[in-house]
Amino acid sequence: MVGEVKKLISIQDLLKNVLKDNIISIEQNKGYLDVLVSTDKLVDSAKKLKDSGFDHVKSVTAVDYIGKKQFKITYHISSYLNEELSKYIIGLSTVINRDNPHVPSLSKIWVSAEFQEREVYEFFGIVFDDHPDLRLLLLTPVIAALKPLRKDYVVKEESDDIEADYIAYNTNKWW
Amino acid sequence: MEASSSGIPHLPGMEISELSKNTYEVYIGPAHPGSGHMRIIVEVDGDIMVRVDPDIGFVHRTMEKLAEGRDWIKNIPLFERMAILDACNITLPYVEAVEKLLGTEPPERARYLRTLLCEINRIASHLYGTGIFGVFLGHSTLYMWAFGDREVFVDLAEQMSGARLTHSYPVFGGVRRDIPDDFPEGARKATRYMRNRLNEYAKIFLNNPNIRSRLENVGVMSKNLATELGIVGPNLRASGVRYDVRLNDPYEAYGDLEFEIPVFEEGDSLARAWARIEEMRQSLNIIDKVVDWLEKHPRENFMHEKFWKTAPKLYKDVYTGQIEYAGKYRIKLMPLFASLKVPPGKAFARVEAGRGEMVYYVESDGKDVPYRVRVVSPSFRNVIAFKYLMPGHRLMDLPAIYGSFDYFPPEWDR
Repeated sequence: MVGEVKKLISIQDLLKNVLKDNIISIEQNKGYLDVLVSTDKLVDSAKKLKDSGFDHVKSVTAVDYIGKKQFKITYHISSYLNEELSKYIIGLSTVINRDNPHVPSLSKIWVSAEFQEREVYEFFGIVFDDHPDLRLLLLTPVIAALKPLRKDYVVKEESDDIEADYIAYNTNKWW
Repeated sequence: MEASSSGIPHLPGMEISELSKNTYEVYIGPAHPGSGHMRIIVEVDGDIMVRVDPDIGFVHRTMEKLAEGRDWIKNIPLFERMAILDACNITLPYVEAVEKLLGTEPPERARYLRTLLCEINRIASHLYGTGIFGVFLGHSTLYMWAFGDREVFVDLAEQMSGARLTHSYPVFGGVRRDIPDDFPEGARKATRYMRNRLNEYAKIFLNNPNIRSRLENVGVMSKNLATELGIVGPNLRASGVRYDVRLNDPYEAYGDLEFEIPVFEEGDSLARAWARIEEMRQSLNIIDKVVDWLEKHPRENFMHEKFWKTAPKLYKDVYTGQIEYAGKYRIKLMPLFASLKVPPGKAFARVEAGRGEMVYYVESDGKDVPYRVRVVSPSFRNVIAFKYLMPGHRLMDLPAIYGSFDYFPPEWDR
């Protein structure tokens, strides 16, 4: 594998060679290479990338583009065992609709994504299909239902009146 | 989504599973002193753990959401609160990511100063982890020693940055201030002292037959399992994977410095404890080298010209040594930072923090606050190991495995 990387002119060529038609676009961002694939090709792309040496997930991120009514989900992946690939970070991304968001889970391919997908699920309400253990991780059910990291969730500021806040909290009017 | 009878919204995937026969569920934490600010739900058959579910989130502070409403510079003290004893390492990737978007490179002296504080933080963090590990195993002497010796490095950090823990030392384009004149002498004294102490640590703790019998061949994580779970930091290197961001993707001054990365093959709890001790030894060498470099080179700018030229006169006078500071003035940062707008773009940065790889993804839409900041801290990447590594061990091995990973709940919970 290392030899193969050296033969190729750049990491972009390697990705094009591995993913072929799956790629919609490749974008060079600061510090990582963003590879956009369609949602139905996500699992297939992940399998191919794992076979070519990208062995773990560093971060699973969702970004809420409320103007475009889209979520973009990015898996930042890299390699531990392949020293040549470990210098690069690839962002495997897909764009999904903001209404009733569903995306296939990659936890069975990369176990290291399991907890991070749970986190994205509770903060954005994005459901990862086929996830082995999709439960809440950090939040309580009441707060998770509000999907706090979505852009249309605005943090309410506390008033000066502590007692009024306390009553509102207890009667679930806080949120 | 349907509401249950109690009025609480019911999310998919929240079903309560039934327990099989002959097993008990034990809840360890969140108030248990051995669990940290987290709960570990353990299903035991006799005293063999059959299912372990790390239940985290008890100290969650919504940092990613808060960051979307604060100025770029104000997020530095916010993110520091994740792990105050490792503050420089924790905020450095955020600063680097924003610098990538701004297109400013810190001057060479600033890169060395950042490296210096990172290594001081790493030693302090490892000493903290080792001390807590000691007390988990009932070895209070090591706990006292490690916390006492950590004070030496906390003092060094205070001399550099003015704060014992939350330094806010790296800022965009450089660092906040230079080292005082008597710093190199104190730093050399501290490294000399600590080298001797590490030998004592090995004698009293790591080579202690009682401790070894608790740790050897307990929680063995193979190279493949560690890779599969995406473990980071000394825990990964204790399993035989040679991966360190300082080596694989050098940042700041690490590319110019020579140092070794200790790698162990065993992958058990003892190897993880040894990895921290050996890493501290390397960090002491790095501190010596950086201090030599700083002494040899003139005290030129420690901040990028773009920001430095907007500094108030008092700031410049104090930090170039024109007037003595002596705690008389309240010195503010450059006003440019307060009105900073970052060009649109996406950036990703990683550094090797004390507990492992620290990752930030920063997205800007050109405003004075970030559009999205994603933080993944080393402790979170390690917590998955409890779920997959602990089953099959006895309940009494739980503190040994938990402590050997140096898991720090506030760091992940953010």
